[in-house]
Amino acid sequence: MQVNDNKDFQPTIVAFCCNWCSYAGADLSGTNRLNYPTNVKIIRVPCSCRVNPMFILRAFQRGADGVIICGCHPGDCHYTSGNYYARRRMTLLFSMLDYLGIERDRTRVEWVSAAEGQKFAKTMNEFTEAVRKLGPNRRLEDLRCRKQ
Amino acid sequence: MQEAMISKAKALLADGTVTRVIGWKRGEFVYDVTPAVFESAQELDEGFVYDDFTAANVSKYLIKESRKEGKILCFLKPCDTYSFNQLIKEHRIIRENVYIVGIPSDGKLDAEKIKSKGITGILSAQRDGDTVKVETLYGIETLPLADAMLEKCLSCKSKKHVIYDELIGEDGEVIDSDRFDMVEKLENMTAEERFEFWRSELSKCIRCNACRNVCPACSCEKCVFDNPQSGVENKAPADSFEENMFHIIRAFHVAGRCTDCGECSRVCPQNIPLHLLNRKFIKDINSLYGEYQAGEDTTSRSPLTNYDTEDCEPKIVHERGVE
Repeated sequence: MQVNDNKDFQPTIVAFCCNWCSYAGADLSGTNRLNYPTNVKIIRVPCSCRVNPMFILRAFQRGADGVIICGCHPGDCHYTSGNYYARRRMTLLFSMLDYLGIERDRTRVEWVSAAEGQKFAKTMNEFTEAVRKLGPNRRLEDLRCRKQ
Repeated sequence: MQEAMISKAKALLADGTVTRVIGWKRGEFVYDVTPAVFESAQELDEGFVYDDFTAANVSKYLIKESRKEGKILCFLKPCDTYSFNQLIKEHRIIRENVYIVGIPSDGKLDAEKIKSKGITGILSAQRDGDTVKVETLYGIETLPLADAMLEKCLSCKSKKHVIYDELIGEDGEVIDSDRFDMVEKLENMTAEERFEFWRSELSKCIRCNACRNVCPACSCEKCVFDNPQSGVENKAPADSFEENMFHIIRAFHVAGRCTDCGECSRVCPQNIPLHLLNRKFIKDINSLYGEYQAGEDTTSRSPLTNYDTEDCEPKIVHERGVE
């Protein structure tokens, strides 16, 4: 695994956040004046199981260096079982990305409830730092989308 | 075998059980055996072929054929019956309109593999125990069976027909195969090596979509990859993203439904080992969510349309294997 020496590198992180929990959790961390990196771009989804594997690859294509999916804790899904399906899908997808040699720390799933503003900020800080160490995404990038 | 199948087909056509037969006919070369529909005894006599190069799985054709009027007869090898059963499960084939005759299979030959040994101008091939005698324009060549057999047949998972109306010959058993060996070997490489391996394989892809078109599990009327807005509907000359995206998503869309029939790798004109992607998903499903063989039955729930509250967390990927 290569470690990026460039201290100035600012990764782009895409966070898919469930409308019913982590999106509100992000809001809470904001109203609590907690810091989390501006690298994180939040995309609101109605449920973590709305995240199609293609969304994740598409995010990498368009220049994301890391993708994190946040959903309700298992058992707390607004639609009863969406996050259980998402859990299986994402496990298999991440395993496949790992199999193809894509750095495994570029993807993550985290369960964050609407009351866990602190956890949201902490998760984003940790994840951004992990991706920053990995350096820019080169293995899953689309040259045509690279910023000039 | 061919004679037995033709006479069976003729008998079933004559007594009105079926009105059509889906089988195979010769293509331009002796090893180009392609699926074809026959409607009369005469057509069968003229064109029906079943030999060691007849590897094509006809299950997928039955999606359309079973919706036409009249019953159709099909000959299914053990591996094909899994695909057929899976399609029944997904309500894609109308079972009542298909009459299945199960045929045994002891592996098929791969013309590409024979050619890669420098043997060209193939006129016919005869199997004799552990060797294959290939008659060519330039004389007769003999090579070991393992060097001429399809990769998918070398790691055959089952000789058992999971669905049939009638059998020609004896039914076999499910085999304890070594089909995950190569997946395991890859898993034990470092991420760098895996990336290099897949780049060297996937960069050969010409995006002909043959793997998608032949796959019995890829039976959507409209495919995501036909969308011109997708940005990955065809090959870009100087980029690797399409191939990665296409092959990851193709394998993901059939995860839990792929019966491991191996057709994707068989038809690939660039000989990319695509089955290794599907097998990775099968192996993961087996190890994380319990043993599951798609197409084995028509009632169980597929692992990706099911869940357990005690399922492992996606973190497991970060914790196991080689980084």
